[in-house]
Amino acid sequence: MINQINLTIPLTTSGKGYIHCFLWVFLMAVFIPFDLVGQKPKVLEVREGEQIKKAIEKAQPGDTIVVYPGIYREHEIIVQKSLTLIGIDFPVVDSEENGDIFLIAANSTTVTGFELINTGHSNLNDHSAIKVFDSNHLRVENNRILNSFFGIHISNSKNITIRDCFLEAYELSSQRTGNGIHLWKSDTALIANNFIAGHRDGIYLEFATEVETSHNIVEKNNRYGLHFMFSHDNSYYHNEFRNNDAGVAVMYTRNVVMEYNLFEDNLGSGSYGVLLKDISNSTIRYNRIVNNSIGIYMDGSNNNTFEHNLFRRNGYAIKLLASNDGNYLGKNNFIGNTFDISTSGMIITNELHKNYWDKYEGYDLDRDGYGDVPFRPINMYSTIVERIPSAIILWRSFMITLLDRAERVIPAITPENMKDEKPKMRPHDIDFKLE
Amino acid sequence: MISISSLNKKFGKLHVLKDINITFEMGVSYAMMGPNASGKTTLIKSILGMVIPNSGTILVNGEDIKDQWLYRSNIGYMPQIGKYPENIKIGQVLSMIQNLRKDKNQYDTDLVEDFGLLQMLNKPMGTLSGGTRQKVSGALAFMFDPDIYILDEPTAGLDPLAVEALKKKIAKERAKGKLIIITSHILSDLDELTSHAIYLSDGEVFYNNSIEILKSETGEEKFSSSIARLMEWSEEKIKKTSIEL
Amino acid sequence: MIKLLKYSLYNILRTKFTLLYTAFLLLATFSIYNLDPDLAKVSLSLLNVVLLVVPLICIIFGTVHFYNSYEFMELMLSQPINRSTVFISQYLAVGLSLCLAFVIGVGIPMILYGADLALLVLLAVGVMLSLIFTGLAFLASVLTRDKAKAIGITLLFWVYFSLIYDGLILYLIYVFYDYPLEHATLAMVMLNPVDLARIIMLMQLDISALMGFTGAFFQDFYGSMKGNLISFGVLLIWILIPFYFSRRVFLKKDI
Repeated sequence: MINQINLTIPLTTSGKGYIHCFLWVFLMAVFIPFDLVGQKPKVLEVREGEQIKKAIEKAQPGDTIVVYPGIYREHEIIVQKSLTLIGIDFPVVDSEENGDIFLIAANSTTVTGFELINTGHSNLNDHSAIKVFDSNHLRVENNRILNSFFGIHISNSKNITIRDCFLEAYELSSQRTGNGIHLWKSDTALIANNFIAGHRDGIYLEFATEVETSHNIVEKNNRYGLHFMFSHDNSYYHNEFRNNDAGVAVMYTRNVVMEYNLFEDNLGSGSYGVLLKDISNSTIRYNRIVNNSIGIYMDGSNNNTFEHNLFRRNGYAIKLLASNDGNYLGKNNFIGNTFDISTSGMIITNELHKNYWDKYEGYDLDRDGYGDVPFRPINMYSTIVERIPSAIILWRSFMITLLDRAERVIPAITPENMKDEKPKMRPHDIDFKLE
Repeated sequence: MISISSLNKKFGKLHVLKDINITFEMGVSYAMMGPNASGKTTLIKSILGMVIPNSGTILVNGEDIKDQWLYRSNIGYMPQIGKYPENIKIGQVLSMIQNLRKDKNQYDTDLVEDFGLLQMLNKPMGTLSGGTRQKVSGALAFMFDPDIYILDEPTAGLDPLAVEALKKKIAKERAKGKLIIITSHILSDLDELTSHAIYLSDGEVFYNNSIEILKSETGEEKFSSSIARLMEWSEEKIKKTSIEL
Repeated sequence: MIKLLKYSLYNILRTKFTLLYTAFLLLATFSIYNLDPDLAKVSLSLLNVVLLVVPLICIIFGTVHFYNSYEFMELMLSQPINRSTVFISQYLAVGLSLCLAFVIGVGIPMILYGADLALLVLLAVGVMLSLIFTGLAFLASVLTRDKAKAIGITLLFWVYFSLIYDGLILYLIYVFYDYPLEHATLAMVMLNPVDLARIIMLMQLDISALMGFTGAFFQDFYGSMKGNLISFGVLLIWILIPFYFSRRVFLKKDI
């Protein structure tokens, strides 16, 4: 509905001058589709050998341009009016390393069904397959974007839908790649069902609010799979972040919801399943955090809730700096991690409650499903390893096991109050809603 | 034929065999004697390659036995105390050795029969008396028709019937012209079975000559008396050397 | 050789010790699986069995059996049989029966309940440790005629490799902690088969933690196939060392 108003106002004001008539036409425009207004939207066809640019010049706002299969060697295709661009069977638009392909600054524009390739690299101009600014109601759907510097680059826009796109950059060094999906100073967006690989950051959000990111698969990017800053009130569901060079890093943001995601195989000294820096009042639930060097790394993050997550086979499931406060960790499963929790400080005011720890060796005499003695998840040896990394070589040796046992009975160098009073005896049955 | 030259063996500081030179000829039957710890068993084990000498050579049928083992197929050895795995049966021991020794495929089972072992084939070795073990050792020593017999205290622990059977067997083999070395403390047995006396004392060969000559040298008629005289002489010698020292 | 091995094996199987050992391993593995069917947890629990119990049992049984089969060896050596053959068949008989017991005892539950790569690697590591500690048992046995003394030596081996040695490493790490120690510690680990076996398992169970450390050397060693190949190679050498030396002593030994 809003769509039509925006389109029709400029058309009607160019008609005859009576206010009465104007109002009547205006009302008509509000309730009646285009074809009754007289400005009938056309469908323009572009075939191999022709130019998309030409068609766009010819088109009137509201027109649809259908591009047939073929290779179109074009770049800087500027869209400044509301158009629907439809590719049939993925026509290839090849920039031949000359820079941006689609430049969009228009409301109510749709780009769908294209294969956009070879933007070339430029750190100065952020060459992108689709670059959008100052737009409202944009849809980018079902495109293939290959070997681009930036994939979809959006700034200062609203009401954006990016879905079913396949983005893959081939450059391997991170200086030569841009971000897959990049949102800056935008709000109200849906990023769903995309596959993003080989970029610098898979999804990058800065000052982007009210964004829902779901069902994306983001892997093998050169820096972060997901990276956001100052992007409040966003939610992330059912995404898979896998084998990104540094995992996922989120910073300076509040009210984040992260649910049903998979953070997997982020291995290396600076790699995190999720790095949380100054994140507050956020909810992290039902995620699977598997096989990362550090599952969750927290710095300056307060009042967050971690519930029903699975931490499995991580080097450190959770690494806490002393600057974190008031976080609640409940009903998570900790299974097969080398170290469950490590911390740099002695006084910790985060709460552990009813988690399952596979390293717990207590008993449950009252048969309520929870151990009768508290569990201290901080391993003495992990603090030694923090200081002297090469000491990891003795991990799981008989001697270290003995020392560890002693430490658990009489805590000497680990924080006494970091404990789960009600450790679960059996793993929680967590429904990750896997299809 | 076995020729031993300049053989020395030490167990730590203990000099057990001191420069031994002996030649054992085929067709001769030797009585090897000497007090306890005179080196008899060590000498035998050296010939068998079970004890490795510090110096000197041992030739069996002309070949140096150092690092060799096949020569042992020419030797039938009956140990002083036969040691066998406890949990296997007499029959299994016999068949195992037969099985392992592919160098011979004809078996002399005279002693197995004469010792009455056929009736006990199912008895585990661990349950046997010392005498029965000796019988098994004897049966094994004679089973493969060797050229050389080395019998370490063969009659010790045997019942009189078995002793007779064994003596009969030894006499039979001796008649075939084989080389036989027997150590024993039972002089009557040696008298019957051997023709040559070797007396070891304190790791040295004190006497090595035929029994005929021994008798004439000692002036004794009887074998046992001449051996007794030999023992006296050897002890006198030891006393002398210790006084000299 | 094969025949002698057959008889030696037969000798061992008659003692019923290997049966008991197999039963023990079966019981232990089954209960570990039943306690917590999560494979990562199973690997961890079995790791302690493999690193501590298996070496101990192998080294004690190897020594006791060596002395128990002294008579057998003596009997063999009075026959025209090579000393080396007697020794190798004894070693293989003990080593193989212990390995077989281990593979059955740990492997059958794995077949029934499932196994991942880490557990299969653990199986391989267990087999190799069995052979190494059988070799060490033989080494202790040929070094002395006294059975009690030999058992003392074997226990010393065991305590040394599973506890004392790691204490030494920890001490060095503590003393020299501001020096780059990666090469040194890794080299030290190579000199202890138990540590080496543990490192191989760390690379299975804790790779994500190992990969988390800075230092190209660590990353290179742990993150690639190279680390595994080197470790397994050195473990193989560890099988050969005690075997080689004990055989050498045995060839010159007075029986």
